[in-house]
Amino acid sequence: MTLRQFKVWRGDAAGGELNDYKVEVNEGEVVLDVIHRLQATQEPDLACRWNCKAGKCGSCSMEINGMPRLGCMTRMSTFEEDETITITPLRTFPVIRDLVTDVSFNYTKAQEMPAFAPPADLAPGEYRMQQIDVERSQEFRKCIECFLCQNTCHVVRDHDENKPAFSGPRLFIRAAELDMHPLDARHDRKEIAQQSQGLGYCNITKCCTEVCPEHIKITDNAIIPMKERVVDRRYDPLVVFGRKILRRDQLAATVPAGPTVHAGPVTVADGQAPVDFGRETRPPQPAEVNAAGHVNLNEMLSDRAAAASPFGDDITFPINPNTLNYYHPER
Amino acid sequence: MTTTATRPAGAKPRAAIEAKTLRTDRWWLAPVLTVIGLTAWVAYATFRVFMQKLYWVDAYHYLTPFYSPCVSKGCYPAAAEFGRFIPDNPLIPFAALSLPFLLLFRLTCYYYRKAYYRSFWLSPPACAVPDGHATYSGETRFPLIFQNAHRYAFYAAGLISLINTWDAVLAMHSPGGGFGFGLGNVILWINVIMLWAYTASCHSCRHIIGGRLKHFSKHPVRYKLWTWVSKLNARHMGLAWITLATLALTDFYIMGLAANWWPDLRFIG
Repeated sequence: MTLRQFKVWRGDAAGGELNDYKVEVNEGEVVLDVIHRLQATQEPDLACRWNCKAGKCGSCSMEINGMPRLGCMTRMSTFEEDETITITPLRTFPVIRDLVTDVSFNYTKAQEMPAFAPPADLAPGEYRMQQIDVERSQEFRKCIECFLCQNTCHVVRDHDENKPAFSGPRLFIRAAELDMHPLDARHDRKEIAQQSQGLGYCNITKCCTEVCPEHIKITDNAIIPMKERVVDRRYDPLVVFGRKILRRDQLAATVPAGPTVHAGPVTVADGQAPVDFGRETRPPQPAEVNAAGHVNLNEMLSDRAAAASPFGDDITFPINPNTLNYYHPER
Repeated sequence: MTTTATRPAGAKPRAAIEAKTLRTDRWWLAPVLTVIGLTAWVAYATFRVFMQKLYWVDAYHYLTPFYSPCVSKGCYPAAAEFGRFIPDNPLIPFAALSLPFLLLFRLTCYYYRKAYYRSFWLSPPACAVPDGHATYSGETRFPLIFQNAHRYAFYAAGLISLINTWDAVLAMHSPGGGFGFGLGNVILWINVIMLWAYTASCHSCRHIIGGRLKHFSKHPVRYKLWTWVSKLNARHMGLAWITLATLALTDFYIMGLAANWWPDLRFIG
C-alpha cells in the first residue's frame, strides 16, 4: 500500500477546479478503484459514472493524465510511484458534475442514422448470411459506446461548431457496419455518410483508433473503407462514366430509398387502421430534475425508488403494441 | 437509449479546465521525428532530382529510381529505355513523367496524410492535444477534397512500379555484356520489392481488390486477395518509411558508384 498524489477535477457547468488528494493505492488496482476509495474516504459526493468495472459497459470514460481512457482499464501500475495522476471529465461534452458529462450528443447522432433496412423479399427468420460476409460488420459490434473516440476526435473536441455537421467515429463504424452488411437493403449509405454525417471532416489522424478500448480498427477498417466507397460514388470519373453508359443510375433508382418494410399482407383487425410505419415515435421523457437542473440523487428527495427509467418515467410496461412501428408479418 | 440526467436546455458549457492538455508523456516526440524525417528526405530527393547527373552506371546498367523512366533529351541514350522526348531543362526533372504521380501518390496516401496533418499542420499534433487552428473544415472542400484522388495516384504508382521492376531486370548486366549480378542488384531488387509491398498495401488497393464488396462469399478469390492485402495494409506505415529509406539508399549507392566513390561488389560478371 502506498499513498499517491491525485488531482481530480471537481465542479459543474458553473465552473470548477483541480483539487489535490492523497489516496491509498494497493497492488493490482485500477484508477476507478482509486476514485471509489476517494469517494469512500474523502469526497462522498464526488460524481462518477461506472458499472461493470470490466471494460465492457463503457461508463467510466474519463481523461487520465490528459488521455481519454476507461477508469476501470487503466492500471495504477502503469504510473510511476511519485507521479501525480490528473483525472478530468471528458472535454468534448458538456459537464454535468465532476467526472460526469452529458453525452447526449452521441445519442442524437445515433438517432439521425437510418436503421438497418431489411430486404423486402425476406421475412424475419429467413435471413441467411455466410460467416465471412458478416465478419467485417462484427468487428464494429464490439463497440461498447464509451465515446472515447467521439471525445478525442479533434473535429468536435477543438471545434465545437462542427458538432451539427459531424457525427464522429462511433457513428462512422455504424455506417460502415450497415454498408458492409450483406442483407442491408439501403443503397444510399455512402451519400448519407458524406452528406449528413460529415465523413469528409475526418482527416484520418487516427486518434479514435488509438483510444479505442475494444481495439476496433476504426480508421483502417471503417472510416477509410467508407471514404473509398464515397470515392466510388462521387469522385471516380470512371465509375460515374460507367454508371451513365450502363444506365446503372436508373437501376439503382428503382430500389426504394426509404426504409423497407417486410412484404406481406397487412390485415386490418376489427376496422382499425393498419399500422402507420411512417409515424414518428414519441421521444422518451427525460428524467425528473430539480430546480438546479440536477437529478435528485438522494432517494429521500426523489418521488420514486431507484433510478429514472431510461424509457422515460411516463411509459408503463407492457407497452401498447398499437403505438409501435412494428407488426408481425404472420399475425 | 439512455436518460440524460438534466433536461436539454440549449448549449451547456464544457468542464472549465484551464490547461490546454494534461498529457504528461512525450506526445511531441512522434511529430518532431516525422518533421525531421520527411524534411530530410524531401531535401535530399529535391537535390538529387535537380542535380541531373550521377544517376546512371553504364558498366552495370544501374539507373536510380529518381530518374526512372529517363525520358528527357538530356538523358544518357543507354539509360533512356523508353525514348527521349521531354525538353532538357535544368528545371524539368529527367523523370518528369513519373515523379509528379509518385509525389501525388505519397501526398494523398492515407498514412502520410496522418503523418503530415499531425506533424506539419498540427491538426492535431497528438491525440487530446489541441488543434493548432481556429477553424477546421477537414477534407470537405478545396483543396483537400482532392485527397480523394488517391486511387488514381495508386493506378499510376502501379505502372511506375512495373517500370522500376523492368529497370531492376535490365540492371542484371555485366560490363562485357550478358548476365551480371552485384551488390547494386541486391539493393535495386530490395527497393523494388519494398515499393511493390508499399503500393500493394495501399488502402485504395485494399478497397479495389475486395473491400468494396458486400458479399465476400460470392467472390472467394477476391476475398482471399483482400485478406492478403489486409495483412500488408496493417504494415502500411512501416512500409511507407521503409520505402523512403530504400529509395534514398538505392539512389545514394548508385550516385556513389557513378561518381567513383566506391566500386560495386560483384558476385557474377
